[in-house]
Amino acid sequence: MATLELRGIKKHYGSIHAVDGVDVVVAEGEFLAILGPSGCGKTTLMRMIAGLEMPSAGEILIGGKPVTHLPPRARNVSMVFQSYALYPNMTVARNIAFPLKTRGMPTAERDAKVAWAVGIMGIGHLLHRRPARLSGGEKQKVALARALVRDPALFIFDEPLSSLDAQVRTMARGELRQLHDRTGVTTVYVTHDQLEALGMGDRIAIMQHGRVHQLGTPQELYDDPADTFVAAFLGAPPMNMLERDGHIVGFRAEYLLPSASPAAAHDDALSLRMHISQLEFLGAEWLVYGEIENGATPQKLLAKVPPAVAATLRVGEQREFTVARSRLRHFDSTTGLRVRDERG
Amino acid sequence: MMPVLRRLGFYLGLLLFTLFAVFPIVWMVITAFKQDADLYDVANNPFLYNLPPTLKHVTFLFTGTNYSVFLWNSLFIGILVVVITLLLAVPAAYSLSRLVGHWGERSGIAIFLVYLIPPTLLFIPLYQIVTFLRAANTVWALVLVYPTITVPFCTWLLLGFFKSLPRELEEAALIDGCSRWQAFVRVALPLSLPGIATCIVFAFALSLSDYIYATVFVSSTASHTVSAGVPTELIRGDIYYWQSLMAAAAIVTIPLAVAYGLLFDRLVKGFQSDSAGSEATP
Repeated sequence: MATLELRGIKKHYGSIHAVDGVDVVVAEGEFLAILGPSGCGKTTLMRMIAGLEMPSAGEILIGGKPVTHLPPRARNVSMVFQSYALYPNMTVARNIAFPLKTRGMPTAERDAKVAWAVGIMGIGHLLHRRPARLSGGEKQKVALARALVRDPALFIFDEPLSSLDAQVRTMARGELRQLHDRTGVTTVYVTHDQLEALGMGDRIAIMQHGRVHQLGTPQELYDDPADTFVAAFLGAPPMNMLERDGHIVGFRAEYLLPSASPAAAHDDALSLRMHISQLEFLGAEWLVYGEIENGATPQKLLAKVPPAVAATLRVGEQREFTVARSRLRHFDSTTGLRVRDERG
Repeated sequence: MMPVLRRLGFYLGLLLFTLFAVFPIVWMVITAFKQDADLYDVANNPFLYNLPPTLKHVTFLFTGTNYSVFLWNSLFIGILVVVITLLLAVPAAYSLSRLVGHWGERSGIAIFLVYLIPPTLLFIPLYQIVTFLRAANTVWALVLVYPTITVPFCTWLLLGFFKSLPRELEEAALIDGCSRWQAFVRVALPLSLPGIATCIVFAFALSLSDYIYATVFVSSTASHTVSAGVPTELIRGDIYYWQSLMAAAAIVTIPLAVAYGLLFDRLVKGFQSDSAGSEATP
């Protein structure tokens, strides 16, 4: 258990800036999710933390100790790979014992450690199998046990859930977060899936083009995005954005409601006349696809409404929708950055 | 009805293949124990002993010729060639497979091209080298020369093996506390055992079966290998010592066939376990 500090980390491959100046401090025991589209540099950043790549510039500190130029084995970090990277020539038991063996731990102590990790993950029945004979979920548990077994200073997860089935994934998300809470190991979790980042992370770092766009709690990122990229990337559906008076106005789909509905904002609200082009059933809610006249070009907007409200809407209608001004977020139309003074 | 017929067809096919595979060995073994009068009578059935079998020709092979020296030389050269090949090809293939960029691939192809130059072109310049090193006429000439064929081929073969190993496995080993060397020895190497076994078989078989180099670089009978020594000692002018020739061939063939058979089983198992690549067979 330790803190992780990244100071001005850069990684350049020729003229390509894979990671372009990242400063992050992860507190002891914190679960940090690094989220971004593929090619945003999150994997390179993670590999530098693990020691598999050397940064072109910057400093990495684990537990306050500089480790920038140390090989992976000197950093005491554990990593769970996307493919799990279990050693196919070893049984599950030997896979889990491997990190202890390389450190030359005596056999008795090693066996006790392995038994402890196996107990936590509940995989006692798999010990004598080879990785080839394990299901995806079982492989993941073995990989976690192998990462857990040596009390690492830091856990690094590289999209460990992406090769699981959709049904298992939700369960695994919960288990992973529980495991973190139980062991209290500082965790860096790299993913392109915002559900994983929002659901598990204490804080999320959103990356694009090798830079961290915003670092904050899931709620901060969702409610107060720092720029249009974060606003458009996070949330399903993404934030609605309108060009208004020379800057961009953004608001979440769930705050855009027909003005006739009881939950709609009436005082101090932005009112929009929207042509409903499609209604989509999502289960607990309906998604309304609409268009408004905004200057010369029509602009598409999305609204998320409860079923009772959706029942009053018809495709092809013109309806009045409102959104409370307190829910509006303003962005600079050239830089895309958040404008803090809340003008109309 | 159908299953019975299918089984019958299956065993019939199996029988045919077995006969085909076993025929030369049976022929060798039967001939090795025949008396001259039996062998040279055209009217006799070649598969039956028309006169009582004899050990005379087998005894002659060991007492009247240098066959036991040839056997020892072949074994000695074969083992040394295997060791040299592995010592050079394994690290070469591994480093080429992990070289970033296109240079690994290009160097691999360049190495393989060396293998394509036929021995009949190479033996003259190689002879000069061997005499320069004062190794001509000794087993060391062959120990030195065979790796020029086996190393490029085995490097190429192992290159495919190492490339098919996921890099993540070694990275996992690095994170789990291994140095670069340990990651290679403890993770990459065990996973490429089928490829290494293939190399052992190839290098040993080549050093045993080669004829050109074995006759060109070595003329003294005390340094001959089986493949060069047996024909020179047991074919004298136009006289063929058939029974002894057959015995000489059978003595080498049968143990090797058994050994390869056992090894082959392991090879197939190696290919089946998900570890190593499928494109490794040349």
